[in-house]
Amino acid sequence: MAADGAVAASARVEALGGAATTRRRWSLGWGAFVVHALLLLSVAVIAFPLYYAFVISTQTLQEVITRPPILRPSTNLLPNYVEAWTRSHMTRLLWNSGVVAVVSAVGKVTISMLSAFAIVYFNFRGKSLAFWLIFVTLMLPVEVRIMATYEVIGNLGWLDSYAGLTVPLMASATATFLFRQFYRTVPNELVEAAQLDGVGPLRFLWAFLLPLSWANIAALFVVLFIYGWNQYLWPLMITNTEAMRVVVIGLEDLIPRTGTHIPEWNVLMAAAMMALLPPVAVIVVMQRWFVKGLIETEK
Amino acid sequence: MKRAVFKNRRLPYLLVLPQLAVTLAFFFWPAFESLRLSFFRTSPFGDKRLFIGLDNFRKLVVDPDYYRSILNSFVFASGVTALALGTGLFVAALATQKVRGLAMYRAAVLWPYGIAPPVAGIIFLFIFHPSYGVLPYWLSFVTAYEFNWLLKGWVAMALVVVATAWTHVGYNIAFFLAGLLAIPASVLEAASVDGAGPVRRFRSIVFPLLSPITFYLLVVNMIFAFFGAFGVIHAVTQGGPGRATEIMVFKAYKDGFIGLNLGSSAAQSVVLMVVVIVLTALQFRFVEKRVTY
Repeated sequence: MAADGAVAASARVEALGGAATTRRRWSLGWGAFVVHALLLLSVAVIAFPLYYAFVISTQTLQEVITRPPILRPSTNLLPNYVEAWTRSHMTRLLWNSGVVAVVSAVGKVTISMLSAFAIVYFNFRGKSLAFWLIFVTLMLPVEVRIMATYEVIGNLGWLDSYAGLTVPLMASATATFLFRQFYRTVPNELVEAAQLDGVGPLRFLWAFLLPLSWANIAALFVVLFIYGWNQYLWPLMITNTEAMRVVVIGLEDLIPRTGTHIPEWNVLMAAAMMALLPPVAVIVVMQRWFVKGLIETEK
Repeated sequence: MKRAVFKNRRLPYLLVLPQLAVTLAFFFWPAFESLRLSFFRTSPFGDKRLFIGLDNFRKLVVDPDYYRSILNSFVFASGVTALALGTGLFVAALATQKVRGLAMYRAAVLWPYGIAPPVAGIIFLFIFHPSYGVLPYWLSFVTAYEFNWLLKGWVAMALVVVATAWTHVGYNIAFFLAGLLAIPASVLEAASVDGAGPVRRFRSIVFPLLSPITFYLLVVNMIFAFFGAFGVIHAVTQGGPGRATEIMVFKAYKDGFIGLNLGSSAAQSVVLMVVVIVLTALQFRFVEKRVTY
């Protein structure tokens, strides 16, 4: 739910760069030096696992199993990535993950936008019931209703299908709340003026509200894209065929379990880099929207 | 409250229909189905069902493996929460010093949130690898103890906890920074004029003002660790060694999907529903009582 305080807070997050300069007084002296050193240390600790995974993905098998471990990149990047790509049918995996992430995000944004519009701009019988029904879905994550949801998908004949992978992910109230909150901040004068000009509800939504909501939509989309891309339990259960696998699950086949496999950790790490790059890139490139989305959906 | 302005008899129903349909089909139906299944014994192929009342629950209550999974869940969730929240608070405390470049530091710690927990688990699987991993290698200089997660349950637990916490640190930091920036600079300046040092400022002003956010994050991290972290366990340890990392969600999945004991799995789902409802209720309590500053 988008709490007003959090919205205000996120506005201040965006003002971060500017705020820092006005407090320059505190950034002088040895105290600031210590703080910077500790912050850099934290960043280094947090970044290390990814760096290490990247390093391994560039090494030859011989270098991977050497002791002491080699902590700098080597020259075997291309062969490892090519091997990972072909062996795990990466084209298909990434495509499937992309479809799941984009379709579930677009679907969720769309149905939430419509239902929030109905709830804010119309009076209709059963409105509070509809609101309540949507509201309680905040309560139960998909993991809690695993077996039964699986049955439902089976009954619908949606196993091993994109519909089965994406539609159930759209059942969530957070986006609806965000839009409801936003519509309520749109001044009444706007809709009154539009009505005087004879603008109907759908046109009002399309031509007035939609352009005003772009920031919210972008923020939501980033958060939902990452949520969709990183789904695990759900695709694991409802897909059986190779062709419908998503990348997060496809990685598992490459894990060298002790004793039975050649320890090709370099190939696995190369595949892991491919699996994590799209969502991480989305966060880095769309950071402003991502933070806004995180804080406003609060989930 | 906004005036509901448009008048149309059918349109609003059409507009809420898609969301309601999805919600009913994939939320209410499965939730009630779980509840119903938990009172039945179902044959492995699902063709026969026998009403057995509370028997599934009764069996859970006397099952030591189930207690083990509850304990594991709490150890796991507390570990993830303590680590992810502690690190987040540490960085936030540093950030109260209002040094330059905060936005850059935030960018530098935020991205792990994009990494799926199972993928993080795979990376840490190698870092913890008994023969090739860098962590056991470094530790071998300090102690002769063998950090082999395949043999030692607590090492396996540490592995999944660290991997899960890693993906969630940036989330916490983002919230803490948002909270910090909502604290008026004048309050902190007044305190420093009065001679309060950085530690004192954090302890007496910042931390109390951040406590609503901290509490909120505490609940969110718990929910995330209880439910969202299934993938790490499945991809990395499969609940093992033994049952050392078998958390409640994983057991519900394993008993239902692999053991084909649908009744017991449904009963476990019902228990999980109660857990998450309690946690969510706590969260809403916080939202209501949110301190305004």
